[in-house]
This record gives sequence, structure tokens and C-alpha cells, in this order.
Amino acid sequence: MSQSVISRPLSRIRLRRLQTNSYLIIGLTIIIALLLFGFVGPLLVNTDLANVGANLPKLSPDGEHWLGTDTQGRDVFTVLVLATPRTLIIGLLAGILGVGLGLILGVTSGYMGGTVDSAVRVLADVFMTIPAIAILIVVATNVRSMTVGLMALIIALLAWRLPTRSIRAQTLSLRERAYIQVAKLNGVGDFEIIVKELLPNLLPYIAATFVSTVSWAILTTIGLEALGLGPQNELTLGMMIYWAQFYGAILRGFWWWWMPPIVVIALIFIGLFFTSAGMDQLVNIRLRKVA
Amino acid sequence: MYAQYLMRRFGMFLLVIFLAVTVNFMIPRLMPGDPVEQQLATLVATGGGQIGDVEAMAQAYRSRFGLDQPLWRQYINYWWDIMHLDFGYSLANYPETVSNSIRAALPWTLGLLGISTVISFTIGSLLGGLLAWPKTPRSMRIFIPILMTISSIPYFLLGIILIYFFAIRLPLFPAGGGFQFGSVLRFDGKTILDVGRHAVLPAVSIIVAGIGVWALEMRGMMISILGEDYISLAEMKGLKERRIFIWYGMRNGLLPLLTALALRLGYIVAGAILVEVIFSYPGIGYKLYQAVQSKDYFVIQGIVLILIFSIALLMLIMDLIYPLIDPRITYQQR
Repeated sequence: MSQSVISRPLSRIRLRRLQTNSYLIIGLTIIIALLLFGFVGPLLVNTDLANVGANLPKLSPDGEHWLGTDTQGRDVFTVLVLATPRTLIIGLLAGILGVGLGLILGVTSGYMGGTVDSAVRVLADVFMTIPAIAILIVVATNVRSMTVGLMALIIALLAWRLPTRSIRAQTLSLRERAYIQVAKLNGVGDFEIIVKELLPNLLPYIAATFVSTVSWAILTTIGLEALGLGPQNELTLGMMIYWAQFYGAILRGFWWWWMPPIVVIALIFIGLFFTSAGMDQLVNIRLRKVA
Repeated sequence: MYAQYLMRRFGMFLLVIFLAVTVNFMIPRLMPGDPVEQQLATLVATGGGQIGDVEAMAQAYRSRFGLDQPLWRQYINYWWDIMHLDFGYSLANYPETVSNSIRAALPWTLGLLGISTVISFTIGSLLGGLLAWPKTPRSMRIFIPILMTISSIPYFLLGIILIYFFAIRLPLFPAGGGFQFGSVLRFDGKTILDVGRHAVLPAVSIIVAGIGVWALEMRGMMISILGEDYISLAEMKGLKERRIFIWYGMRNGLLPLLTALALRLGYIVAGAILVEVIFSYPGIGYKLYQAVQSKDYFVIQGIVLILIFSIALLMLIMDLIYPLIDPRITYQQR
């Protein structure tokens, strides 16, 4: 009886392995579907329908307007198709910048050690303590006219924290591995070691941290947008929710106005979460093999 | 050892405060243009009739900013004001100070956030522990992907859905606000019931969204605890299962989970702010939203600073208590 607590039957272990892969498959499928929707979709719809006054306002969904129209006469489906890529771009751009900066900081600090390492570590720890949205609110409030690109830049200001920490930790452990030590003893330059030995082995961690950074960036941009700090003249998913809330769409029962952006946002997060859960498992399996 | 850890941790805290205040001071000054002119111009343009004596306000802000003085002097004044909890006046409701305005909103946020975080943490960790426990029926496993899905959705989106179903379609609860409009807040049964009814939906959205996070963390923790020797020993001693689960499993898993709670504080508070916005709940978050809408810069800045201070302070307190309650932790440098 007590045996079962400690040792797990083999079948269950296999089941878990299978589950792992299915997480990754589910996640990537959702993400690819969203990317197609966001980047191919705008080519297939009549973008004029997203303009104010292009349609009769407050229509509920039917054959012609799949997701109805809002109080301004915009076709909600068309708006959704145009808003999705912009939100994805903010996330991807902030993610790329954040991971790029995090990679530079993390590798330098982990590889060099010493004062540089202490400085970077304290910096990352301190910024982790500060709630990002608080700082970003102050920055965004001082921007006169917000755009999608600017939004990505502002969010990138704090997107480096997580990647820096995780890449630094991995670099610290990789640095002690035999092949790096051998390369060092052979007189290979630091730069070459970093590019040829370190980076390829960091790749899975970089990919994992990229997924969580993009997810964080999108969460943050939607938060700022819901507060009214987003790009007022551009269509993003967060702005769709902001305007729906602004015009009382929830209280007035226009579910077709606020529900679609929520569903797409939820899908983005679910997709990214499952992808990162799946990748986590892969990375860990790799770890087990190496160790 | 503990003294050294204490010093290090306190130094970090001071550094956070220093950075937050400095960043708050620098950002408006890095932007082009005179902040006073800009704020007033936008205010006059958007606020219209509500503005009182513009000239007096301009004077108040200019002396507040002290823009004629050298930068270092402004910086010192800024610190001085903040240490006296003086964040200036609200631009939108002029004679009111930012401190008063925050003080009125703070209890609402603390109440809502405190209670719902405790509930969510308790239910979530218990669920997570049970999910990892081998004796739990296999059918419980379907909860795992459900929890993963829920935990990845932002709090406030859940709030919108709750409003639609439980306030609009099925009018069980009020759709927004913290109490019946126009009622006087008194400490009696009727008021408490009313405030409670208004808090249900916002609290549920924070609780439900949080449960997934805690359950998944606890499950991970529990799985590794079950491999520990003291669990085998407890089993060999023939202890009751319930006792092993609670006193050997949950107890050891809860402590690291508290660290996770501390680390996530910023995230939780940010989520709660947006929940308040969606529900027009009269706390800090909704105040912040209103301040953004009316471009009430000093209120925004005051709230942001208060948020950073309180989160940093809470994290400090949790970090200091933690080694005292968990004997497995050493205070050495990482």
C-alpha cells in the first residue's frame, strides 16, 4: 500500500511523457493558427469595413456581419482581423528586444563573473521587485501620442528582466562544463567560445524564455491598453476591449463586441502557456540526459 | 548570519525605493516641453468646464515642480515631499490632495485583494496538493489542463465574462461599484451585506484566476516532496494517510509556495488593478484608471509610488520572515 506513494508505475511515467508532447503540439497549433489568422487574414477582408460609420451600428451577428457591428458602425470581425496582428507584433517585438538585451546581459554576466556579474544580478533583482506595470504606466503617461511601435519599445524597457535571469543562470552552469574548459585551455578566445560553444547550447533556454517573455509582453500591453494608455488611433485587441468598456458594451449586452477580442487574447495566452509548458519539459529532459 | 542576510535584503529594498523615486522624478523631465504647460493644456482641452482657477493651479504646479531651481535642488525637494507622503494636488479635483485621494481608495483595494488572495491561495494549494497525491482518484487529473487554461487568462478578462453572465444575463450580483450608489457607508449589517454583495464578482475573478497558478505550483512542489525520505519514513512508521498528506506533504510544500506568492505580488496587484477598472470598484486601480482618463498626472504618480513602496515592503517582510519559519533555509549568499 505504502509502496505506491514512492514508486510510480511505469505506465504513468510514459503517460506523462506523452502528455508533455501533446502540450507542445496543442500550444504550437494554437499559435500557428493565430499567426495565420493575424497575418493572412487582413489580406482577405475588406479593411474599409473597420472604419467608423462604414456599417449600420449595433447590428447583432448575422451572415453578412459575422460578429456584428459596434456602436460606431465598425464591423467587429474586420476589426478583430486587423487588431490581432498588431497585438502579436507588440508582443513579438518586445519579446525580441527583451530577449536580445537579456542575452547580452545574461551571457556577459554569467560568463565574466566578478563585479559585472554582481552588478547585473542586483540590477535584475531590483527591477524584478518593481511591478513592471507601475513603471510602464509612468512612461506611457508621458508619451504624447502612442503608437504600436512605441508601445513595443516601452514594454521592451522592462522585458529583459526574466531573460537576463534565466540566461545568466544557464550560462553559469554551462561555463563549468568540460567542453568549455577544454576550449579555454586550448587558448580559444572568449568571444569565440561564447559564439561557438555557449550560444548553441543555450538555444533551448533562449527559446523557452522567449515564449514566456512574449506572453508577459502581451499581458502587459493589454493591461496598459485597458487602462487607456494604449494607441488611441490604432486597432489592437486591448484597445478593442478598452473601447468596448468605454462605450459600456458589457452593460448594454453587446456581447459580440467584447467577447471576440477576449477569446483571441485567451487563445494567445493558452497557446503560449501550453507551448512553454511543453518546452519546459523538453528542456528538463535534456537536462536530465546531460547531468 | 541572519544579520548579514538582513542587511543585504534591506539594502536591496532601499535600492528599489531609490530607483523607483528617481525614475519617477526623471521621466517627466526627460520628455520635451514644460510639463506644467503640457498638463494644463491637455487638461483645459479635455476637461472643459470643470477647471476652476487655472492661473492659481499653474502657480501651484510650477512651485510644486520648482522648475526655476537647479535639477539637484528639485530632486532633493522631490525626496523631501515624498518622505512626508506629499504627492501634490489632484489636477482633476483641484483642492484635494493626492494623499487623501489615495487614502480613501486604499481600504477597498486592501480588503478585496487581501481576502481574495488568501482564499485563492488556500483553495489552490490544497487542490494542487491533492492533484499530486497518488491516492487521489485518477479522474481528478482532468483538472490539470483546465487549471492550466484558466491560469493563463488575465484576471480582468474573466471579470468581464462574469459580469456578463452573473450581472447582466442573470442579475444575481451588481455589475460594478463598491456599494449601493447614494447609500451612506455605516458600520451596520445592511452596509456590510451590500459591500459584500458588490465584492463577490470582482473577488471571484481574482480567486478563480489565481487558483490555477497556486494549484500548478503546489502540484510541482508536492511531486518533489513525495520523493523525500521523510515521506517514506512516515509511511513506514504507519502514520495515517491524512496525517502524512497534511503534516509531511502540505506543510513542507506551503513554505516554498509563500516565496512564490512574494515573487508574484506585483503580478497579482497589477491584475487586481485591472479587475477594479472593469468593475468600477472604488479602490486604487479604479482611481488610477480615472486619473489616466482625466490626465491627472500627480495622482497617477502618487499611486504608482505607493504601489511600488507597498509591494517592495511586503516582499521585504516576507523574505525576512521566511528563513525564521523554514528551518531548511540558510542565510548564506546565493
